[in-house]
Amino acid sequence: MAETALTNPGESAVRATGWRGIADDWSSDQRAFKNVSWGKAMMWIFLLSDTFIFSCFLLSYMTARMSTTVPWPNPSEVFALTIGGHHIPLILIAIMTFVLISSSGTMAMAVNFGYRRDRTKTAVLMLVTAALGATFVGMQAFEWTKLIMEGVRPWENPWGAAQFGSSFFMITGFHGTHVTIGVIFLIAIARKVWRGDFDVERRGFFTSRKGHYEIVEITGLYWHFVDLVWVFIFAFFYLW
Amino acid sequence: MTSTAVIDGQQPSLRTHVHDAIPAGAVHAKGQQHPIKLYLVVWGWLFVLSACSYLVDYFGLHGYLRWSLILLFMVLKAGLIVAVFMHMAWERLALAYAILLPPVLVLVFVAIMVFESEYTHLIRVLFFASPT
Repeated sequence: MAETALTNPGESAVRATGWRGIADDWSSDQRAFKNVSWGKAMMWIFLLSDTFIFSCFLLSYMTARMSTTVPWPNPSEVFALTIGGHHIPLILIAIMTFVLISSSGTMAMAVNFGYRRDRTKTAVLMLVTAALGATFVGMQAFEWTKLIMEGVRPWENPWGAAQFGSSFFMITGFHGTHVTIGVIFLIAIARKVWRGDFDVERRGFFTSRKGHYEIVEITGLYWHFVDLVWVFIFAFFYLW
Repeated sequence: MTSTAVIDGQQPSLRTHVHDAIPAGAVHAKGQQHPIKLYLVVWGWLFVLSACSYLVDYFGLHGYLRWSLILLFMVLKAGLIVAVFMHMAWERLALAYAILLPPVLVLVFVAIMVFESEYTHLIRVLFFASPT
């Protein structure tokens, strides 16, 4: 009985699209996300929950900044660097943005080669992605060090509103943590790809399940999300 | 996508054990493979859009012009990443709406907090701001 309900034998091979398709997919007792595996659906749902967390951080930052009567530091100047005698505003953040975008580009290509079962190219591109991610975290460590040396603390800073410090460490710290976890995730999956785990269907040591190349796409979803969050942090924290 | 649909329709017993019974290759052999050129083009656009947002700051634009440009570039970048890099453009609408609608509703929260912080700011100016 349960099987009949799950399989829905009357269903035609071609599914409706548009609003009719949405209604069909969500109605009755069946899987809503038809051609999407559980692994991918769960990563999307996790990313949705992460979206809410980052939204709350950015919202509380917005509330603090809009309601304070103390002048807010000018990020353009705070994150300026003097390179070769030239004073360039916000240059550090711009470079970090380009590094992260490039890592998204290499990751997207890794997913493509994963589905083509090109082990070498997939693993190499994933490791390049991880290296760019590590570069980003390194630059963030430099940025943190510089600001801490200049006297920025979660409770104060030399240029005005104290909330600047707490917002800065909270938002960039949480994002940097995500990047770091992503780098570890990338290296772990790249190793499995390189070793050919998904071709010989080797079972994972933790779940003892067979992995497959879709995990490259799932890792990619996480990585692109980290880049996506940075787009919003760049706009709201550094350009405001 | 078509292959999945055929499997669902003709071999119903597989559905209950879909993960064990069908190796990933069968379901996703053709899944989310797009020409490399597409990714390179999107990558290029993300570079251009980031450069544009940086230039908004570099040239010190202010006021509504600054904000409309920053938000425009931000939305375009986010859209490209989600639609192409995260393959949302090729997913079924049931998934796309389930994931994309909730963050849009966060905008209601944003609106509430804008009113709230303007009120707080007003109260602070009225009662706490030090006279200059």
